[in-house]
Amino acid sequence: MSRNTDSNGYTILFATGMVVIVGALLAFMASFFKEQITENKRIEKQQNILYAMGVNENDETSVEFVSKAIVGKEFSKYITKQIVITGTEVTEDSNAYLIDLKKEAAAAKDENYIRRLPLFIGEKDGTTYYIIPVRGKGLWDAIWGYVAVDNKLVVQGVYFDHAAETPGLGSNIKERFFMDDFKGEHILDGDLFKGIGVTKGNSDPKNLDKMDFEVDAIAGSTITGDGLAAMLKKDLRMYVPYLKTLKQ
Amino acid sequence: MGLLSKKDAKLITDPLADNNPITIQVLGICSALAITADLKASIVMSIAVLFVLGLGNVVISLMRNIIPSKIRIIVQLIVVATLVIIVDLVLKAFAYELSKTLSVFVGLIITNCIIMGRFEAFALANGPWKSFLDGIGNSLGYGVILIIVGFFRELLGSGTLLGIKVLGDSIEKTGVYAYGYENNGFMLLAPMALITLGIIIWVQRARNTSLIED
Repeated sequence: MSRNTDSNGYTILFATGMVVIVGALLAFMASFFKEQITENKRIEKQQNILYAMGVNENDETSVEFVSKAIVGKEFSKYITKQIVITGTEVTEDSNAYLIDLKKEAAAAKDENYIRRLPLFIGEKDGTTYYIIPVRGKGLWDAIWGYVAVDNKLVVQGVYFDHAAETPGLGSNIKERFFMDDFKGEHILDGDLFKGIGVTKGNSDPKNLDKMDFEVDAIAGSTITGDGLAAMLKKDLRMYVPYLKTLKQ
Repeated sequence: MGLLSKKDAKLITDPLADNNPITIQVLGICSALAITADLKASIVMSIAVLFVLGLGNVVISLMRNIIPSKIRIIVQLIVVATLVIIVDLVLKAFAYELSKTLSVFVGLIITNCIIMGRFEAFALANGPWKSFLDGIGNSLGYGVILIIVGFFRELLGSGTLLGIKVLGDSIEKTGVYAYGYENNGFMLLAPMALITLGIIIWVQRARNTSLIED
């Protein structure tokens, strides 16, 4: 059997057939694994939130979450309350951590939409942690994270992650040497919201001054760092009115 | 005679040494530099490429008589992209943390020149069984180099192997660190991967001088 595989008609037919088959296959695979992947993402969120409040298995330099097997138990043990702030209304919701920040941010473009702000309240060794989820843009793609503050709005721990920052440069935002710098940083100057900048050439590379509202940037990842600072400024600000009520 | 004929066995053994895709054909260098900072990522990348190249070669070989030559490169790309997306989905479902480590690199398999190279050079002209062996052989050859480079980079750069502190604790100063040994952070950067690779090429050609080009 011979057929002219060089004719235009055959080429178009072949391309069309291939697209249909591949498309169907991939759609099938994606829906087949969807449940498992969603579950993995849910577990990861719990691990991230616990990490920010210092519930993790870190040694000196590593980033180790509590294991997958016990994370559900640990999460319900340490996270005592999850709330959703909508305008001035505060409601309790034990699935607040599943709120999709990306969708909320998109919906909030509509002026009439009041954005739902999830906040997780954790309790460990007598300290109460308020864990704020944040999401922003890095150089290539999304960056996100969790910032744990105490009732004086001093940062107690953070976790950052990214979709596709440059390996070895921007991807270092999820390394200990960067994340640990945030511990102890203040976000309020008196009553004024300042956020935390990621700056180059600051006079405090060892990050001893915790009242300067900045941490030392990572060399070679200016845009990721700027994006991270912008993300903190934008997202933390939304929680400040509520968090200020805790100070009293 | 064993499972494979002599000719077939050569398809597997050749790329392991004398026709290694990285050190001899100089394909797949980019990923060999990018992800070999630790051994675990090297091993996972090797397994992923093994899967994609083995299967991809078979698929392309089965289709070799019906692929219109005008769009054959596009067809190859679609086949490899599909396989890579499947690998990515499977990793996300069953080895989520690994898929996070590999994140951007999994996508980079598509652009791994070994894969397109073997499709063009072998699978389009040979039957599925031979193509399968060629794919396995080449990805094993690729994997061997990745693992050697990953081994040295992780050992000398972080003092660990697969995350286990084999040289002692660098902060507590135990093991060899007690005698003043320090990790070489430079090993973790891409330039040292290139130098490590260069040393492998040097050693290989010193042992087998017939590989040296004029």
